[in-house]
Amino acid sequence: MRITSEYVGQIGRLSRLALTDAEKERLTTHLNAILAHFERLQELDTTQVPPTAHSIPMENVFRDDTPRPGLTPAEATAAAPESAEDMFVGPRIVET
Amino acid sequence: MTEFEAVIGMEVHAELLTASKMFCGCPTTFGAAPNTQVCPVCLGLPGSLPVPNRRAVEFVARTALALHCEISPRSIFYRKNYYYPDLPKGYQVSQYGDDPIGRNGYIEIVVGGQTRRIGIRRCHLEEDTGKLFHVSPQTSEVDYNRSGVALMEIVSEPDLRSAEEAREYLVQLRAILTYLGVCDGKMEQGSLRCEPNISVRPKGSAAFGTKTELKNLNSFRAVSRGIEYEIERQVAVIRAGGQVTQETWRWDETRQVTAPMRSKEFEQEYRYFPDPDLVPMVFTPDWVQTQQESLPELPRQKQLRFQEQYGLPAYDAQILTETRALADYFEAAAARHADAKAVSNWVMGELLGRLNAASLDISESKVTPEGLAGLLDLVANGTISGKIAKDVFEEMFVSGKAPEAIVQEKGLTQISDEGALATTLDAIIAANPKEWEALKGGKEQLTKFFVGQVMRATKGRANPQLVNDLLKQRLAS
Amino acid sequence: MAELHTLTAHELADQMRRGAVSAREIAEATLARIAAVDERVKSFVTVTPEAALAQAREVDERRARGEALPPLAGIPIALKDNLCTRGVRTTCASKILDNWEPPYDATVVARLRAQHAVFVGKTNLDEFAMGSSTENSGLFVTHNPWDLSRVPGGSSGGSAAAVAAREATLALGSDTGGSIRQPAAFCGVVGLKPTYGRVSRYGLVAFASSLDQIGPMARDVTDAALLLQAISGSDPSDATSAPVAVPDYMQALRPEVKGLKLGVPREFFAQGVAPEVEAAVRAAVDRLVALGAEAEEVSMPHIDYAFPAFYIIAPAEASSNLARYDGVRYGLREPASDPTTMMERTRDAGFGAEVKQRIMLGTFTLSAGYYDAYYLKALKVRTLVKQDFDRAFERFDLLVAPVTPTVAFAIGERANDPLQMKLADVCTVPVNLAGGPAIAVPCGFHAGLPIGLQLMAKPFAEETLLRAAYTYEQATDWHLRAPAL
Repeated sequence: MRITSEYVGQIGRLSRLALTDAEKERLTTHLNAILAHFERLQELDTTQVPPTAHSIPMENVFRDDTPRPGLTPAEATAAAPESAEDMFVGPRIVET
Repeated sequence: MTEFEAVIGMEVHAELLTASKMFCGCPTTFGAAPNTQVCPVCLGLPGSLPVPNRRAVEFVARTALALHCEISPRSIFYRKNYYYPDLPKGYQVSQYGDDPIGRNGYIEIVVGGQTRRIGIRRCHLEEDTGKLFHVSPQTSEVDYNRSGVALMEIVSEPDLRSAEEAREYLVQLRAILTYLGVCDGKMEQGSLRCEPNISVRPKGSAAFGTKTELKNLNSFRAVSRGIEYEIERQVAVIRAGGQVTQETWRWDETRQVTAPMRSKEFEQEYRYFPDPDLVPMVFTPDWVQTQQESLPELPRQKQLRFQEQYGLPAYDAQILTETRALADYFEAAAARHADAKAVSNWVMGELLGRLNAASLDISESKVTPEGLAGLLDLVANGTISGKIAKDVFEEMFVSGKAPEAIVQEKGLTQISDEGALATTLDAIIAANPKEWEALKGGKEQLTKFFVGQVMRATKGRANPQLVNDLLKQRLAS
Repeated sequence: MAELHTLTAHELADQMRRGAVSAREIAEATLARIAAVDERVKSFVTVTPEAALAQAREVDERRARGEALPPLAGIPIALKDNLCTRGVRTTCASKILDNWEPPYDATVVARLRAQHAVFVGKTNLDEFAMGSSTENSGLFVTHNPWDLSRVPGGSSGGSAAAVAAREATLALGSDTGGSIRQPAAFCGVVGLKPTYGRVSRYGLVAFASSLDQIGPMARDVTDAALLLQAISGSDPSDATSAPVAVPDYMQALRPEVKGLKLGVPREFFAQGVAPEVEAAVRAAVDRLVALGAEAEEVSMPHIDYAFPAFYIIAPAEASSNLARYDGVRYGLREPASDPTTMMERTRDAGFGAEVKQRIMLGTFTLSAGYYDAYYLKALKVRTLVKQDFDRAFERFDLLVAPVTPTVAFAIGERANDPLQMKLADVCTVPVNLAGGPAIAVPCGFHAGLPIGLQLMAKPFAEETLLRAAYTYEQATDWHLRAPAL
């Protein structure tokens, strides 16, 4: 499996990374080197093997439906790059 | 010309009536001031972790059971990855694949006297996004109060064939949700949201046409009109030799048309994978049994019982059971007034009419079931006429006063004193000799004239039956 | 009396109990040490002298009132800068967080606060804990106290260097694929990765959620046990924290390995392990056998596949975990007229090259067309690796291996060879996939640089790890050596 620089550009957009052409080239080389390293996994027949998402199996962890106080609007927006009247402010969304 | 039929599937999102959010303890009060119901978890702050709300899981499982779904023995949360300013983590915790909490169920709907079974593909749990406000041409603002509110998604099979069926499906679904107490069903507040996907095909064809998705349907009316409009639009496109393209359309409430939404720059790729911060949910048969046993009487069962127990027509039973609150209201009134059909007529006619006109919910009605039953008692025992009853009802609706008190205060008691009515009638006959002669001569439509004159003279309080009787006596003599 | 900054936590606690020293004196000595050497070592991103002295003052006031204090009261602790600290900037060594001040404490931080520990500052790391040398820090490079031209390891390089350089008595690190153990080995200190779920992750800025664990870094095993005790236990804010009772780890600290069965998996010695490292580790095994343990070679056939599986799973989770840095709610924003461009520019400007590469890799392996071939495959291989561990632990109490294939390498040496860089984790990654605990303890030196011994145990068997590590440590003096600074 080898990926092209064009495809790297697509992954970049999907990852919300504005990549320069130089970055795209470098990433294409690096990603292909890493993907080549992954090829060894194909040596293993895993058709009958279940996946492990968690190493320590657990199930049914829930919390009670009890409201708890959170942050004040001032605390919530304190680190916002831009805020106004307790709202987070960003560039205008044109879709919708 | 080819006849077309519509193929409609419904995707419904219902905000769950939990006291706290899906994965954190923030409250869920609607309409709170911006960013007052947020914490590190629902703001997606670095380092924060989700812990699922047990009640939300129970709510979805109970809904799934009410929709005749099977419960997955093992169900997990996935991350749906996409970027949007209202999505604080850059992914939505949702469910995916073949292990949602519930799957393969159905809803029964009755349209045009026909009962149809609409398949339910899946019933799953996820979290809501924040809310965006577009306040200036340059900026958008975000309030994360809604972020992380427990949201249930119910997806139907494409079994619906008309806007009317789609609407009825939604009515029945909302009824089930409100009966279970898992969702308040308020479309205008966005706690119940519906996104139909619609295609058309030549009648009798088995293949599916290209479907479009319809958004921004904020009322039952919008659902009906939007779907009807979209069906007509698609048929017109095909008839004109064109092709329907797969895209999302938006219902424009003001212009009453559908309009295409700006298409996405590139195809969505959500990169679903199991959320490593959350562990699997395992539902044992015992647990499922407990949930099943906790289900209340559901709308369809209640409809059949209303027909049986109160002798109501199917139509009445269907309307009265649309919400649990309405059904409870009816039953409370019917328990106090023997004529259930009269109660049904008043609830469906006057009460719902006035509530709808005032955009009020049944829970906000100042006319209590006791009040309504009292009013009908007054009509039944002849204290007031049906016509006066409507005025009394209006007063009750506005002031919330008891009907007896209103009748008392305004002196609206029906006049059934034969002597007094005879005096009034005789005076009217004397004042209208030409009409009286004509009536005597066989012009029977003038009966109404004389009764009307008596009613006017008594400000509507005369017992109309008695006036009729007195008139007949005088004609016969 | 020895200078206060050179003493261990248990020594300091003894002295405080005897009234020989105050918490203020300890804090001042530690802050003085930081002032003296950190310009060269560069362990700290942020030093918090005022807060540290205030915490120390409170400890002394409580002592004056005759209160019985928890074991870590007054002990100077450094925190890896991916642990959230209320009101103290938490950078993850990334420009994208732009000096973000969390409005909340991580659970481990809250637990240490409750113990009246004294936080001296936040330590450097590879950006978002992605790296093995701390060279990927978006802020600056940390130096190995034993040889300032070499890396301290990573990603908890700042914490390891701070403990080794006596700039903090104890430190917390986080370990996703070796990020506690590998820098501990490079810096000649003790580092313990607890069982997944032993310690709450709430407030640890996520790298790879199914692998991350917070753990102690210390100068000796006793101190590591003290710190582990303070941070362990289930947490209602972390759904993956295990509802397993926490034993008294102090009870495990006894020199007793008679009959303890050690497995020596040959695959851990095959992967480019330098002869001096292999020799030191095998000598450590011999020493444990001389003390009464039994050792036997074992094969774990899937270990060779752990590394590629790890490098699929960790970046996949990371690509999703790092999606929240979008310039909307906190951190850096590069302005643009629409949100998509704003996000793209912000993330391009805020993330370093290694982080971008892993995000890209993770986005790729999770994509619909490649999910089965990469991500799902890796999760299946994870099962095989875990089964290797399960089988080995049916026969053995502990597995013994090197921590790293080599001693600390020179700064810049591997910067242009990402795969070579990642191979520094080849011996530490497998147990992260399997979930059990592992400890790194000093077991020798080569050319003046420390070598680490790795012991691995089955899930929740931290006591066995501590007992064996303690026994070995008491029989050797590697842990008593200090770098000359």
